[in-house]
Amino acid sequence: MNWIDVCSLDEVLPDTGVCALVEGKQVAIFRLGPEVYALDNFDPFSKTFVLSRGIVGDRDGIPKVASPMYKQSFDLRTGNCLDDKAVSVPSYDVRICDGRIQVSV
Amino acid sequence: MVGHKLVESLTGGGPGVFDVTVVGEEPRLAYDRVNLSKYFDGKSAADLALAEPGSYERAGIAVTLSDRVTSIDRAARRVLTAQGRVLPYDKLVLATGSSPFVPPLPGKDAPGCFVYRTLDDLDAIRAWAASAGVGVVVGGGLLGLEAANALKNLGLETHVVEMASRLMPLQVDEMGGAILRRRIESLGVAVHTGMATKQVVSRDGSVCGLLFADGGELAADLVVFSAGIRARDELARGAGLTIGARGGVVIDDRCRTSDPDVLAVGECASWDGRTFGLVAPGYRMAEVAAQELLASGTGTFAGFDMSTKLKLMGVDVASFGDAFGLEPGAHVVSIVDSVAGVYKKLVVSADKERLLGGMLVGDASVYGQLLALVQNKIRLPPHPEDLILPAREGKPAGFGADALPMEATICSCHNVGKQAICAAIAGQNMTVGAIKACTKAGTGCGSCVPLVTEILKAELKKLGVTVHNYLCEHFPHTRQELFHLVKVHDLKTFGEVIEHHGKGRGCEICKPAVASILASAWNEYVWKDEHVPLQDTNDRFLANIQRDGTYSVVPRVPGGEITADQLISLGEVAKRYGLYPKITGGQRVDLFGASVDQLPNVWRDLIAAGFESGHAYGKALRTVKSCVGSTWCRYGVQDSVGMAIKLENRYKGLRSPHKLKGAASGCARECAEAQGKDFGVIATDKGYNLYVCGNGGMKPQHAQLLAADVDEETAIRYLDRFLMFYVRTADRLERTATWFNKLEGGIAYLRQVVIDDSLGLGDELERDMQRIVDSYQCEWRTTVEDPEKVKRFRQFVNVP
Repeated sequence: MNWIDVCSLDEVLPDTGVCALVEGKQVAIFRLGPEVYALDNFDPFSKTFVLSRGIVGDRDGIPKVASPMYKQSFDLRTGNCLDDKAVSVPSYDVRICDGRIQVSV
Repeated sequence: MVGHKLVESLTGGGPGVFDVTVVGEEPRLAYDRVNLSKYFDGKSAADLALAEPGSYERAGIAVTLSDRVTSIDRAARRVLTAQGRVLPYDKLVLATGSSPFVPPLPGKDAPGCFVYRTLDDLDAIRAWAASAGVGVVVGGGLLGLEAANALKNLGLETHVVEMASRLMPLQVDEMGGAILRRRIESLGVAVHTGMATKQVVSRDGSVCGLLFADGGELAADLVVFSAGIRARDELARGAGLTIGARGGVVIDDRCRTSDPDVLAVGECASWDGRTFGLVAPGYRMAEVAAQELLASGTGTFAGFDMSTKLKLMGVDVASFGDAFGLEPGAHVVSIVDSVAGVYKKLVVSADKERLLGGMLVGDASVYGQLLALVQNKIRLPPHPEDLILPAREGKPAGFGADALPMEATICSCHNVGKQAICAAIAGQNMTVGAIKACTKAGTGCGSCVPLVTEILKAELKKLGVTVHNYLCEHFPHTRQELFHLVKVHDLKTFGEVIEHHGKGRGCEICKPAVASILASAWNEYVWKDEHVPLQDTNDRFLANIQRDGTYSVVPRVPGGEITADQLISLGEVAKRYGLYPKITGGQRVDLFGASVDQLPNVWRDLIAAGFESGHAYGKALRTVKSCVGSTWCRYGVQDSVGMAIKLENRYKGLRSPHKLKGAASGCARECAEAQGKDFGVIATDKGYNLYVCGNGGMKPQHAQLLAADVDEETAIRYLDRFLMFYVRTADRLERTATWFNKLEGGIAYLRQVVIDDSLGLGDELERDMQRIVDSYQCEWRTTVEDPEKVKRFRQFVNVP
């Protein structure tokens, strides 16, 4: 797997997201508790690149981010939309290595 | 089912005083036979199971399944099983239930003939139906119609054959039967009444049809016998126990058979010459038997009301009390609506004082109420027909749950009274589900659930509880409660709040709500690291997100007063960053189209030109609009611009449940439209009239006059109190107008709180507001002065 270094873990505030440009793709990277997740930054409902700016949290224990635009929620693990089964966004592999966040797209 | 109920009653879920052994011939523990047909509607055997997996083990109960007790050795106090087990006992309880009665017809055992009793029966029917075209049910009682529904759902052409002249002859009269028949036939099931079956005909070794006594015949690939049930009393017979004349092992009022160490419960028992083929009397027997075994109570089984309510193929059928009017002198009130397929009948006592019973076909929604009237001998209203007439013009039929006395029985299956339900509600069981779990009411046949729901609603209303007003799944509190908790416990972060008063990790509902509460209470910089994750879209970047993902920027222009130099600066900034300027409705300028990474630079320039944040992005004070006032206007009586600036500067930065807008008009002409704002002042020759809780927007609402002819200082004091009271008590995203509409006592109450200080909160509210005023900071100034914060506006974290 091709891991690409993105940023230091410290550069993402706990329980927030940031956007990274990885091989031409906008990747939204989130911290929630001890976990790190990566989804595509594109919100299919508003058709804008904003998911990284959403509020993270959980629904029935499922870690999720709510789009800042129209508030649809996406499962941080899978990218599946929790409010519309027919919709999902790509999710990417992500890991923390020596205090650095790395993704594979 | 009754055996399971007995085990529950004996053990109370934990190890009891007895070593209990349960022996069952079926391969599984007790399941819900009442809802057996749901097995064909997608429910699994696990869904129908009554005992949670492992619950018997936890209670220390030994279970033997797929084995049948074949004999009882009363002398040696032991039972023998088909597989050769020998089990000793001190006390033995027979809960063997009943078996379907199959009439002794020639050919009845042919392959393709079934009964409808167990999950195994249903599996067999389903398997056979896969290659069958026509299914016939022999028996038009309630189980027969259940079976017919199942066959129809399995895709068979379905017929019901009933010997009596109508369907469900035990529950309904001729008229009820006729209405029921029409409803059933309209669902595509053929009904044949008055038909005595003479013989089952087979071809090639499996069933192919029925022959009738009148010579008629009916083709069938599958036959289900549902011609009544017979008590499973063969064990008792073999053991020499007394058997009832019509079957069933005879029990006394304490469920003891003729051998006091052997008890019997449920359908296998005969009490007063009768057996009981319903679950509710069985459950009552189980309770009595448990008390007898534990020597813990003096309850007796004293017969049982055989009232029933069912939904058969989507058609309600209920009969209760003296449904056939057998009591001498009884009156009948009935309505028949063959268009809608509804029949309702009340049987009223000779003195017209009480309801004795009745039947309902097609619409049994009032069953619970009517049954309560019968069981509690409640005096009838003057026009009993009102109880069964359809609701009209929004006026509900019948009467409210409130009319029922505390001793009224609500759930007949589990013998739960209104008292117990009210006690459960008082014990914080505030949903129907919680009441079911706590009292068991509604977990038998389910027919009392509407009544339970009604009682719940009535009780909650009495308690002053608003249902479902919790913030979200993470907090079992309203916003008002959370505000109080934050203040009382001095909570400063979301982490503290959710740790002590919530659960989970929060969401886009509760995080901004708590952020707003924390800001209203403590007024800390909203961009502190621990507050940033809570901020909604716009507060997150201190700007307003637009449909393309860019942001707009609104600097504060208090009262709409702006210098020429500032106007020029705004134009320069717009040009420099390529922004689209627009004058807003709040007398300021909005600059659209800034990307996230432009925002800090835009603001550096705006701050240099003397501007500060306008909080257009926050649920906070927006603007205080003004007319030009007495300085310029020939009609003006007060300096409305000065007043607007004063108010805007006082309340700027105040975070609130929703946005706040104010206005100040210099005379009664009201050019600033103060009566359409959350708060507003209108100048009079004596001072100001103070208005609150107005709104424009989707549901415009005129503001209310809170105080007339007050001086500036008083107006501000009242406003401090009013705004803080709203901030504390409103729901999330609730504007002042909506909040006001829910305020009991209306403007008179609000005047008492704000002006007369009836709650004694005046000083505290003023102090809280003064603290907000004193701790104001321009969020944008603080932000652009901190390079670490500015870094958060990078578009990509990994691109410098």
